Amino acid sequence: MSKEKIALCDEFASIMPPEYQELVESATYGKQDRGWKDIGSSKELIEQHSLCAGCPESIAFRYILASLPNPEDTVFVGSTGCTSLVFPHVAVHNIHSLFGNQNAIASGLKRTLKARFPDVEKDVVVLAGDGATVDIGLDMTMQSWFRQEKFTTICFDNELYANTGGQESGLMQKGFVAKMAPKGKAFDKVRLVEIAKEAGCAYATMLTVSKPNRVEEVIQNAVHIAREIGPTFVQLYTPCILEIGKQSMEGLDEMKDSEKIGGRFVARSYITDEAQALVDRLKVEKKERKKAAKQRAKELAVA
Amino acid sequence: MTQVAETPQKEKITKIIRSTHEKLGQVNGVGQTYTDINDIFYGSEQKPVFFTGSEVIKEAIRRASVGTSVAYPITPQSEAAALIGELYAEGYLDEYFRGESEFAVMGQCAGASFGGHRVFTTTAGPGTLRAMENFPMWAGSRLPIQVCVTCRGVNSPLSIQPDTLEMHYLLETGMLVWHAETAQDLFDFILKGFIVAEQPDVHVPIATCCDGFFVTHTKDTVELPSDKLTLTPYDPYKSPVTCMDMESAPIRMMRDPFVMKSNYISYATHASWQQEVHAAVERSRKHTIRLLDGLIDTMNIDRKILIVGSGTAVSQSREAIRLMEQQGIEVGLVKIKTIRPFPTEEIREATANAEHIFVPEFNVAGWLAREIKAVLPDNGRVYTGPHVAGGMTMPSEVIVEEIKRVIGHRTAVVIGGLK
Repeated sequence: MSKEKIALCDEFASIMPPEYQELVESATYGKQDRGWKDIGSSKELIEQHSLCAGCPESIAFRYILASLPNPEDTVFVGSTGCTSLVFPHVAVHNIHSLFGNQNAIASGLKRTLKARFPDVEKDVVVLAGDGATVDIGLDMTMQSWFRQEKFTTICFDNELYANTGGQESGLMQKGFVAKMAPKGKAFDKVRLVEIAKEAGCAYATMLTVSKPNRVEEVIQNAVHIAREIGPTFVQLYTPCILEIGKQSMEGLDEMKDSEKIGGRFVARSYITDEAQALVDRLKVEKKERKKAAKQRAKELAVA
Repeated sequence: MTQVAETPQKEKITKIIRSTHEKLGQVNGVGQTYTDINDIFYGSEQKPVFFTGSEVIKEAIRRASVGTSVAYPITPQSEAAALIGELYAEGYLDEYFRGESEFAVMGQCAGASFGGHRVFTTTAGPGTLRAMENFPMWAGSRLPIQVCVTCRGVNSPLSIQPDTLEMHYLLETGMLVWHAETAQDLFDFILKGFIVAEQPDVHVPIATCCDGFFVTHTKDTVELPSDKLTLTPYDPYKSPVTCMDMESAPIRMMRDPFVMKSNYISYATHASWQQEVHAAVERSRKHTIRLLDGLIDTMNIDRKILIVGSGTAVSQSREAIRLMEQQGIEVGLVKIKTIRPFPTEEIREATANAEHIFVPEFNVAGWLAREIKAVLPDNGRVYTGPHVAGGMTMPSEVIVEEIKRVIGHRTAVVIGGLK
């Protein structure tokens, strides 16, 4: 989609809702090197949402949407859960179909977009919770990796079924007492990043969303690698503060605590040599663009 | 692109709205000319071949300009699904792969359809049931995917034999459900099914059903149009809902996601959407009636005894009628081609003068008889049967015996004056 497609025709401009007008005026569709720092100075691709106050998932959503390299040609596939409360408000096409089949939907979608638009890079990004990714949908998650489907899978890991009220999930830590685990969870947190690596992901990483620049970097890496090399997986800790008994202002602390040495969410990544080479190349290109921009600015100042 | 010179024709027959696709008349990568369906069926020469049902499915898909097909092995559709793979290897389809289960396959089909492709898949029996959650999702998402259901048993202990019980589960999914009697029906229904399902005022999925083995694994003479003709492609921008390709402005779908709301607006939204899907199925009637020459076929419906059936039960009934005629018993026939939409008015009219209505079926439930009973006045005329299940064949003699038993029983009662 080119940016012209969201343009308003003069006759109807006055009756369009203000959030759409803002989208036309200041959204960052088509901007090279967009990122989390655009938040606050441009129209975000997320409108309001009905997540709980202070939910780290909502800030993760903002970072991801701000970091997508190519939102004007990106289609999201979601699943059932808290994310379904947000997707109706985002300014990229998105599909919700069933609970757990998100990677199956994305497989058909990505191949079709590739066939229909051979000359345009259409990115497909799956964004689903840990229940959808690891429990009910694990078969389809892994099979899409086996088949080397070229899209990114993002898992919002809140270590439980949040939307249904805090039941045990496969990504929950061992021993945690939750609904449906009345004596504490009996087995270890599933090692999904390692599973992703073994299943064929070119890039698999796990982190919290405490640092926006890190989120931006992994999302951009994941999308670019998926586009050119193969499947990628990003697991983000977005704690459900409601269900782990925290206050709305404690989400950030929870993430920071969990990523300390010895914590469950110490950042870790696996990347193939080929994918690393791509990331290195993109980094160099970005640096050169920045340098050139600075140079241009200097020249303009002199002139 | 090569423009193919139009051959002079007497008068073009137009059964359904003609395609205005930009590729009409152009030649595709495998040398076929994109052709309007009216001209494929009614404006070109049809030549007989002697093929199995599975081969006929392949030949239909060869001429259907399908974008994506996703396959999974399950008897008795495996051969057809693999043959479509051969078409893909020859360049007739853009995408084809094996999924990991029927649930996943139907999701992969949905993804392809959301992305704007014409999509075809096949399944059977337990596969249909494993995939079931997807079918109302397809309909609710207004995806005109076609699934060919080659019916087989769904019971335990394991059975791979023909049985039409699975069709009963499909009836309220919001899909069109058509039931082929023969391989010829199957060929026609597959191509015509795409066109009806894709009409902007319909735009719901379609299940083209046939009886496994009886149709898929037997050879029959089928009239086919030239393989140099193919349907014009699906146009995703005629869909009543947005194609998910980011080629149109992304809109905020709703201010309050209805999933979490327990209020009247939420209920009303869901209710009206369900009604709209069912209305779309109803709106397919006008297209289907013209393209299939009616939702039912009839033969001698002025007779007092009628058989009403669908699928290969109709073929068995034809032979039963011949046998009974030799014995001086006159029986008429109603063949139902579309189960959804259900030909309510047509069946009422066709059976208006019947005193005895028999509904032979290949399933234990007798669901077609229930459907018929539900719409006929004076439905004591309807006999649920004969029906067989679990893969049993239904010899024509069984139908004859059942009809004679019921009529004979009645006669005896009347003679006895007991009523």
